[in-house]
Amino acid sequence: MKVKDIIKILDAKLITGEENLELDIVSGCGADLMSDVMAYVKESVILLTGLTNTQVIRTAEMMDIQVICFVRGKCPNEDVINLAKERGITILTTKETLFISCGKLYSAGIVGRGVWNE
Amino acid sequence: MSDNIIRLHYDIDADDFSSAGLASSGTKRMLNQLGFNPAIVKKVAISMYEAEINAVIHADGGCADVEITPEKIVVVISDKGPGIPDIEQAMQAGWSTATNEIREQGFGAGMGLPNMKRYTDDMKIETELGVGTKVTLIINVN
Repeated sequence: MKVKDIIKILDAKLITGEENLELDIVSGCGADLMSDVMAYVKESVILLTGLTNTQVIRTAEMMDIQVICFVRGKCPNEDVINLAKERGITILTTKETLFISCGKLYSAGIVGRGVWNE
Repeated sequence: MSDNIIRLHYDIDADDFSSAGLASSGTKRMLNQLGFNPAIVKKVAISMYEAEINAVIHADGGCADVEITPEKIVVVISDKGPGIPDIEQAMQAGWSTATNEIREQGFGAGMGLPNMKRYTDDMKIETELGVGTKVTLIINVN
């Protein structure tokens, strides 16, 4: 599924990172605790979270996550958006909750599988 | 290959939580530039970032020293924090002494040390109460 399809499914708004709209996304991760995000390495992944600080971008950077969707209508501040821009990370925002967002993407075929799962 | 060692040093500043991760970010970029396998780079980046965050939230900062050779990458994060009273307990997934304030920032889930162990080939914790903690993370390249 492409990022532009995810935008439609979640009725999301693109904040930054238009260059990744054609990027293929296979798996998803929904969490507000960044160490939980880092516990499972996934490929071609979208991170859904309600946390909007710079550490979300840093976590994405460490994990090679190229797309983040902020839920519950949250939008990060300018510093966070700028850091995402610098790192080539796409930011979306949706009014849906974390649970509903994950459910919609899962129903549409996004999986939760990690690549290094034991 | 002693002539083939690259050493990096970073101070880890704890004044501003939003700047935490700069050392790991710099190291990741250097490893990418050097052409290391992306899976290896990711292991170093995640484990180092967790250790760096720990130094910020538990120990008022510290420093990071990275030694890069073609065979392995060694990351040492040292702090002058309170030390870890019970390492075995600290290694348990979900156990944390972090405050609610830290949890609101997305950390303190008790997954930091388990994640470091998960992504490293060898990990050593030296700690002394009231003196500080030194975490050594070793990731083999092959």
